[in-house]
Order: sequence, then structure tokens, then C-alpha cells
Amino acid sequence: MTTAETGVRRPTTAAAPTGRAPGTSSPGGAAGPRWRRRIVPYLFLLVPVALLVLLTYVPVVNMFWYSFTDWDGLDKTKNLVGFENYTEVFTDPENLHVFYVSLYYFVASFVQMVIALYFATILSFRIRFKNLWKGILFFPYLINGVAIGLIFLNFLRPEGGLDTVLMSLGLESLVQQWTGDPDIANATLASVSVWRYMGLNFVMFLGAIQSISSEIYEAAEIDGASRWHEFRYIILPSIRPIVGLSLILAISGSLSVFEIPKVMTDGGNGTETFVMRTVWMAFNRNMVGLASAMAVVLLVVVLIVTWVQRKVLPDDEVDLT
Amino acid sequence: MFPHHRRRRPLGLAMGLTAASAVLALTAACSGASDDPPADSTPDADATPSGAITVLTWRTDLVEDGTFDEYVAQFKATYPDVTDVKIEGITDYEGEVKTRMNTDNYGDVLAIPGSVTPDQLGDFFEPLGDYDEMAKEYRWITDKTFEGKSYGIPVVGNVQGIVYNTKVWEAAGVTDFPTTPEEFLTDLQAIKDAGIKVAPLYTNYKDSWPLTQWNGARGAVTANPDYVNEMTATDTPWTEDSDSGVIDGLIYDVVAKGLTEADPTTTNWEQSKQLLGTGEIATMVLGSWAIPQMQAAAEAAGASADDIGYMPFPAQVDGTFHAVAGGDYNLGINVHSKNKVTARAWIDWFNHESGFSESQVGLSPLIDGEVPAALQGFVDEVELITLNPAPAGKESLFADIDTASGIVTTDPKYRQKIVDDARSGARTKQEIFDDLNAAWADGRAEAGA
Repeated sequence: MTTAETGVRRPTTAAAPTGRAPGTSSPGGAAGPRWRRRIVPYLFLLVPVALLVLLTYVPVVNMFWYSFTDWDGLDKTKNLVGFENYTEVFTDPENLHVFYVSLYYFVASFVQMVIALYFATILSFRIRFKNLWKGILFFPYLINGVAIGLIFLNFLRPEGGLDTVLMSLGLESLVQQWTGDPDIANATLASVSVWRYMGLNFVMFLGAIQSISSEIYEAAEIDGASRWHEFRYIILPSIRPIVGLSLILAISGSLSVFEIPKVMTDGGNGTETFVMRTVWMAFNRNMVGLASAMAVVLLVVVLIVTWVQRKVLPDDEVDLT
Repeated sequence: MFPHHRRRRPLGLAMGLTAASAVLALTAACSGASDDPPADSTPDADATPSGAITVLTWRTDLVEDGTFDEYVAQFKATYPDVTDVKIEGITDYEGEVKTRMNTDNYGDVLAIPGSVTPDQLGDFFEPLGDYDEMAKEYRWITDKTFEGKSYGIPVVGNVQGIVYNTKVWEAAGVTDFPTTPEEFLTDLQAIKDAGIKVAPLYTNYKDSWPLTQWNGARGAVTANPDYVNEMTATDTPWTEDSDSGVIDGLIYDVVAKGLTEADPTTTNWEQSKQLLGTGEIATMVLGSWAIPQMQAAAEAAGASADDIGYMPFPAQVDGTFHAVAGGDYNLGINVHSKNKVTARAWIDWFNHESGFSESQVGLSPLIDGEVPAALQGFVDEVELITLNPAPAGKESLFADIDTASGIVTTDPKYRQKIVDDARSGARTKQEIFDDLNAAWADGRAEAGA
């Protein structure tokens, strides 16, 4: 948006000294088109900016305000309670447990990146049915999260698809309650999440890898580099910005997990996530104030993570020499 | 107790998602709402119902199958001046209506959401009359009464108990209703030993709201119609003998003894109805509203509606079973409604003429209403009690403590944790009671009880 704005402003500011004086004295005259030319870009911006303000900034400002009140979502009066809601977010042990659950998804997102990187690397070399494999790997990302939850609900239930496969392979000892066993329930859900989002990472990595010039590979091959060397010294450094971006998405994503555990366990068995607890606070426990505080915390965490990432992994030019 | 959950829900998730999207709508809408209810338009008894009204309902199933179309046609036949009755079926009733109540636009007639506390009633709903006057005609209106004014009339009354498959129980050699929790456990064990495949008792843990149905036994265990009110006066509602302790203790025991489904995280409400009909589930704790749904599912599965029985909670006082009877959702009138006369006519017509309560196998909200055939046997054996209203000035106290404690007894979450702990053994029954009591005591302190 900023580029568009400055781009159109430059000629009009140059014309302004001559245009303004007649424009004010005779509004309908020759100044009309020039005046209109100045205003038109803003008119185009009016709708998107209005929507943005209405649907993003006003609710966010309201959310900040609610987070300092004890509002129950209905009451006509909202009492100010200061930072009480924020204190509760970080002191209630049940609120802290959801951060522990996020760790599962955070660890899983590294697994996800490794798998995605592996496939992206392999598929960037010459391989049979390359596009077919790409399609297969990306496909899960296109399916709705609710549908994925339902698919895996039936796949993982006792005597469901996974158990049947394990039994027919003679691996009865591996059969267990995938979501029913509290020790592995979160790992199971996180694996479903990996299955779903791996395709996105894969496509991002693949795109970055394919932007590397083929001459560099040729040169490396002449120098006798193995596939591992190519990966270690060419591919990985070239796609560092994308890996950094994936890392931010991984952290904010692991805090905002919602639909898969919602559909599959509804937060039972210790699988409640941060967003699920926020929604529960607001709509079941009727503590909109506290829920708003949790939402603000989530927002702040994501902002901090982004800021740290920008510091640690600066968005510099990739230099392979 | 949580009647809004009875509609056929495709997915618990729908609720969560709409709730999440509602946050946006909520924040955007609230600033525009006027805070002052209009001073005019108190219903005039002499005026003839006319014009159009909008009715919000949680029974989306009855909207879809055309039942409501018939109601509307009959209502318009009675009041020819009424031009239109628009029925809005809402899937996530509690969440969506609560959000809409931040504006003026929430229909003319609507069921009062459970989250509205008594002291908020007057802000949102039109008083329907003085309690003393209305209590001569209607039952169970105390919940929605504040400072002597009643704001809602229930559409149907439910009793709280346990649905079971008569064939399965008989096949296990149990013919009498169990009279104590211990006997209940023994009977369930007998059913398990007789070889039931899925579950002697089904918790519906994953869909979770059925766990709140156990609240229906509060007051019935010790035949104390003041039990819920007395909870606000004690720091230890969870003891060996208290209603809360007996109910939650029974949930713990039944799960710990392995008498429920093997993996509670994969239960399925829609499927459970069919499994009860076919005898793969023996027992479920649900209000009497569930009976017609279970019967229909049993028939659809090729079994008979007669296989579905209803028993009281396994506890007796002086050799008698007790069950709590209470109102379902109460219909109220939007205080901002432009057509309160017609709105009132709809409520009265619905309770007196529609035949809704009988068709739902429920008790009529009218004091002299009839008992439906399917409940007659239950009503003969069981003494029905109605919970007493909270004393004046303390109408909202229970809800305040409940919320402040973080337990939220009207929400299934704390019972899900009991089931988790019973399975894993992470906490003993006594430790659970201690934790709940400690939280409750904190809640009382915070709410200033």
C-alpha cells in the first residue's frame, strides 16, 4: 500500500503550487481534472481502509479495552479491573498447561520442516513423476481442517483404519488408544497437524530451492560435490530466509492451534490448546475480559517472536560466493 | 439442564467456529447498541395480535422437518391479523443469541439463553407478569424471575434421570431399578459380564455436553430441593454424602472400574443414540427430553421404541426415588420488540395450544397439564421435586461463585477431567473432591458469599 501511495503522490505534489490557487477560486474550471486526479487514489483506498479499520483495528482496540474489564459478554456495565485478567492468565495453573500443550506442536513443527525440506530437496533434483509427487505432498494442505479432523477421528479410533493396518501387518503390540491415552494424545494430534501443514512448508521450500541457478550445481558437480554437500553448502544457505519465515510461522502456529484438537478430542484428555481455552473462557465461562487478555497475550507473543526473528535472522541478501 | 444441546448437532466444532467468528461481530456491534430500552409499547391486553414477528429457536431439527411451519399456520389461523411469523433456527443457540443480545436485534420471541443471570433479565427481556400471579398457572418459572417479576415461561418440563435399554438390562438379570450407587455399579458390572460389546454406561465424553446432564441429579440424591442454593453457603460441597460428591463420585467409580466405553475420546453423540437402540450401549445419563430421540433412533436401527426405558438416579431417601423436574428453555420477549402484543400471543399460544410439550415427551409447563404416556410409569414410581428458587437478593450468587471458582459446574470441562483422572489414576476421588472444594471456597471468597 505504501508504494502505491507514494507513487501517485509524487506528480501531484509537484503540480500543487500552480494548481491550488485557481482550484480554490474557481472550483468548476480547468483545475477540476487536476483536483480529481489528486483525490481519486484516495477514493480507491477508502473502501479497503474502511473495511480494515472496521474489521481489524476497531475490534482490536475494543479487545484491549475489554481485557481490562470484568465483562461477561452481556452486561451493560463493564467494570475496570486493571491488570487482574493478565495476572490470572499467567498464574492459573490450568492456563499455563495450554502453553505446555503448545510445546508439542512447536516440536512437531520442526519435524514438519525437516520432512518438508527433505522432500523439497529430493524433488528439486531430476526425478520421475516429479509433478505427481509434488501434487500428492501438497494435497493435504488443500483439505479443510475440519474434514481432516473427521478423517483422522475415524482413522485413529479403536478398531479404526490405523489399528486395522497394524493388525494386518502383525504389529498388534503397537495398537493403542491414539487419542485416549493421555501420554500420547498430544503427540497424535500434533502428528495430524504435521500431516496437514507439511505441504505448505514443502511448497515454500521447493519454490526457494528452484530459484537457485542451475550453474551453481553444475560448478559444484565439476568440483566433485556429493548430493549432501550440495544440500549443505548450496541449498540450505540459499533458502535461509524462507527457513526463518517458517520458524516464525511455526511458533505463532503452535500457539494458535485450534480446529484439529477441537474436532478430534474437544480439548479432552489434556489436549486443550491456547485458542480453545480462550474461546471456552469467552463463551462457556462467560469471562470475555479474561479471554480478551489471553488474546492480547497471544498477539504480543507473536509480535515478540517476529521481532526476535528479525534480529536473529536478518533479512539480508543471500550470497553464495 | 442444558436443553440447548439437544438439537441434532453435526459437530461440536461448528459451535467453536461460530463462536470464534462471533468475536468479531460482537466487538463490531457493541458500540452501536443503545443502552436504554424504549419506554413505550408495554403490551396492551386488549390489543389484537397483528403484524409480523420473528421467533428465534434452538430446535433447528423441528424447523427443518416442517414442524414449525405447521405451528405458524395454526397460529395464523387463530389470529388472522398476523401477517408473518418468521422462525429463525439457530444452531449455536447460546453463543449466537448472546452475541446478538449486544444489539437490539434479537427477534421478538426467543428462548432466554442460560448465560443471562437473573439480575440481567430486566435489561433484555420484557416482564411477562408478577411471579405470584403467574405461578398459579405455570410451573418452573422461578429460574427466570427477578424481584417478583417473571421474564420467561418454559416450553416444556423435563425430569432428570437415566435412559437405558430395557432388553440389555433384563438380559443381565436386572429387573429392579438400582437403589444405591453401589448397586448401580454392580448392575453395570453384571451387564458387562453378560457380554456387552461397547459400554454398560456411555459417557459421551468427546461431545462433552452430555456430561452436564448429570447435574440433573443435584437435589434428587438427598431429596433436598434447596441443595443448589445451599451450595452457595458451604466451602465444601463435594463430600462423601453430598449430592455433588455422590454424582461426581459415581462418575469416577464407573470410569475407574472400566464400565464405560474403552476410549472416551472417540465417543459420538449421533451414533450413541443408535447404539443404545441396538443394545450396544446399555445406559446413558440424560434428561427425559432424550427419550423421543432415542426411540426414533432405535426404530431407525431396526429395534423397537419399547426397548428404551427411563430410570431415576440410583439413590433413595426413605425408600423412595426422587427426580428433579424442571423447565426447559424459557420463552421471553425482547425488550426492544416492536410487536410485543403478538409476541406475547405466540408464547401463550405455544404453551396452551401447540401440543409441543406432549410431542416432546415432556411435562406441560401448565400446572394442570397432562403427563405423556411414556413418562407415566416413571412418574408413578418416583417422587418429583422442583428445585427451590434462590432467596431474594441472591439470585445471581450461584452463577457468580460458579464462574469465579473456575469450575463452572454447568460446563462439562471439570467432569471431563474427572473422567481423565479416573482412567489414568492421576488423582484419587478424594484428591478431586479436595481440589474442587478448594476452588469452590476461592470462588465464594471472590464472589463475596
